[in-house]
Amino acid sequence: MNIVDRIWNSSLGKKYLMALTGGALFVFLIGHLVGNLQVFGPPDLINGYAHFLKSKPGLLWGARLGLLACVALHIASAVTLAQLNAAARPQPYATKGAYGASKASQYMLPTGVVIAAFVVYHLAHFTVLLPGVNGVGDFTKLKTVLHGEEIPDVYAMMVLGLQVPWVCVFYLIAQALLFTHLGHGLAAMFQSLGFRDHVWWPRIQCFAKAASIALLIGYSIIPVAICLRVVGSDYVERKKYDLKAANSQPAPALVAVQGKEAK
Amino acid sequence: MKVTLKVWRQKNRNTPGSFKTYESPELNENMSFLEMLDVVNEALANRGEEPIAFDHDCREGICGTCSLVIDGKPHGPHKGIATCQTYMRSFKDGDEIVVEPFRAKAFPLIKDLVCDRKAFDRIQHAGGFITVRTGAAPDANSIPVPKENADLAMDAAQCIGCGACVAACKNASAMLFVSAKISHLGLMPQGQPERYKRAKAMVDQMDAEGFGACTVTGSCEAVCPKEISLDFIARMNRDYGVALLKGDPKAIKGGGAG
Repeated sequence: MNIVDRIWNSSLGKKYLMALTGGALFVFLIGHLVGNLQVFGPPDLINGYAHFLKSKPGLLWGARLGLLACVALHIASAVTLAQLNAAARPQPYATKGAYGASKASQYMLPTGVVIAAFVVYHLAHFTVLLPGVNGVGDFTKLKTVLHGEEIPDVYAMMVLGLQVPWVCVFYLIAQALLFTHLGHGLAAMFQSLGFRDHVWWPRIQCFAKAASIALLIGYSIIPVAICLRVVGSDYVERKKYDLKAANSQPAPALVAVQGKEAK
Repeated sequence: MKVTLKVWRQKNRNTPGSFKTYESPELNENMSFLEMLDVVNEALANRGEEPIAFDHDCREGICGTCSLVIDGKPHGPHKGIATCQTYMRSFKDGDEIVVEPFRAKAFPLIKDLVCDRKAFDRIQHAGGFITVRTGAAPDANSIPVPKENADLAMDAAQCIGCGACVAACKNASAMLFVSAKISHLGLMPQGQPERYKRAKAMVDQMDAEGFGACTVTGSCEAVCPKEISLDFIARMNRDYGVALLKGDPKAIKGGGAG
């Protein structure tokens, strides 16, 4: 029996997979947050950063495929473990059980499902740029000029996208669920991998709490600041005007002139 | 005092069961929960009804035979004790108490409140032992054991194998039991030669029995009559991980040492 087989076919092996892929995704969340927080700087900062990522396709796609593999493994082990767990108690109790268990630990699967749905939406929203899902318009048309080069205007896209109230609310709900998921998951990750004893467990729990709160605050202030028009609203007002100008063919000023001439 | 019991009654494994409600006779509040059941059964027998079947043996919290999920918690409302150490003074006069058997696929029901916990025995047989020479007792302290390890091993060895961890776990996972058994031997010098083989064999048997996986909810630790810590599950995860990486030992061809 090879090691892949051994890991996949044991309950503990799958817990190792859950923990390792969950840990990798947590590291990604930190990096992603640092990237996103640049929206609080001038527009050129995050636009330059996004352009830098896009200019390294090998790195970008390597990371994307790695993340995709982690997400797939995390979900696959979660689903198979959930099936195993459900099968282990065919007849439920009549009374309310789960004595001594935190709510977060009991609802890892539901919170995970909503987070996965959010990730799909988030990708459609800001990566694939599906016009139908954002409630604003076609984000692919947003361009800016940096160092004499025309590049996608990520700053305007984020601001326009998150100014939509229902999008902002959905983002906040997802962050709240991610917070509960991580608050339990980060600590359980160490447990599953065997890194725990009576000395380290309080420290691990403290780390899990601190890290999940930090991510909650970091990820929530972006949509909140944008939705409350604290960040970038005057920038996008100008952008909206430019966009309208670019969309109407021919340009409104020109129509006016032509109209006059026709008369 | 008097209580109303809502008890799971099931003739045998193949007959569907249901809850039946019984009014208890007058009880002494210093009766243990099992003594209360004895009194109720006596009344049932006198009326010509089938008494409620339940597991019990030592009735002093050391054998691990008594079970019962009482109002949703294995071994009743208190922490760190078994059903036999739960007294009727923990309930109020006129209370309705719901009594269910331990429920898990790996603990098939036998009758009423009695379930078959032989899965635990099979896990023990798979590796819960050390292979030593029998003979005269060795000198005390001939093998040095660090005091901390001895204490931890004793904490793990307190496990009485009652199965409350399985009953409480939302996944019917047996990890607390298995980890306690793996750890109390694995912490000792005598347990080292078979440490990783033992972890692998016992976990594999646990999986084969159909127990669920661990979601680190901590319910098992909270209901354990011996308050065994989740730390031991982490220790088991560590040992099993090493066993997985090591792989099976090299097959030996021919005879042994000779």
